[in-house]
Amino acid sequence: MPRVVVDVMLKPEILDPQGQAVANALPRLGVNDVASVRIGRRIEIDFTGEPDLDRAREIADKLLANPVIEDFTVHLVEADEPAEARS
Amino acid sequence: MTARVGVVTFPGSLDDGDAARAVRIAGAQPVRLWHGDPELHGVDAVVLPGGFSYGDYLRCGAIARFAPVMETIVDAAAGGLPVLGICNGFQILCEAHLLPGALTRNQHLHFRNRDQILRIESAGTAWTNVFQPGQEVLIPVKNGEGCYVADPATLDALEAEGRVVARYVGVNPNGSQRDIAAITNPAGNVVGIMPHPEHAVEALTGPSLDGLGFFTSVLKHLVGAPA
Repeated sequence: MPRVVVDVMLKPEILDPQGQAVANALPRLGVNDVASVRIGRRIEIDFTGEPDLDRAREIADKLLANPVIEDFTVHLVEADEPAEARS
Repeated sequence: MTARVGVVTFPGSLDDGDAARAVRIAGAQPVRLWHGDPELHGVDAVVLPGGFSYGDYLRCGAIARFAPVMETIVDAAAGGLPVLGICNGFQILCEAHLLPGALTRNQHLHFRNRDQILRIESAGTAWTNVFQPGQEVLIPVKNGEGCYVADPATLDALEAEGRVVARYVGVNPNGSQRDIAAITNPAGNVVGIMPHPEHAVEALTGPSLDGLGFFTSVLKHLVGAPA
């Protein structure tokens, strides 16, 4: 059964101090060619029956994301796919 | 008759005890309300206290917004019930759309815990009517996600309608836009404030007694309001 994945990101105009802190740490790893880092959240949803993207969008809009400061996208992936294989 | 002021306890609330104490010192009867109980038990006003409701999972206040007690509070607030959200309570009010905007991670990423001077910008709300506009008060601030953000149109509307209730004076502790520390809804009965007035009500533990004014304000408001 496919799994619904919701990706939540801060809107571009909202400052992301976490991402900035990570970006500022990269030179200490010897990485000097990164212009910016932004941090979001990935949520995986398994429905009991067929995955319902409209319902997932509703969940994302009402709970998973705060539309004042965040944008979200919804897509399907194969659920049996082990997490490590996705990288 | 003594006013009854409800204080909601969510799983993870921290300052419910201090809020109830502040209510009592102000001369009202605190009534403890439970997040899972939709009944408001006849209270005349409600305080949503600080803390980390539901562990701040997902976003601060995002899950508390769906607590049974919140559904009742949202309806009652539309009918004029005075509601004060402090810190996490402010975050819950924004998530519940009783107040506009959102509270995000402090810009410098550090948790800030110190005594903070605020300027009362609006004394027209149910929770600030004993103050003078422009009056400065000293109240503890303690937050990790207190940076108030909203789109420019919302900020302009808040300013134009006199709905910025308090601003940080001197150093802005969290990067809040336009130094906003507290805002209100158009009717003035719902106020969200990031600093903690309930921690400034006794000489033994607070930096001042300035916080008491928020709680005595609602009593004054209730006396003036038709029963």
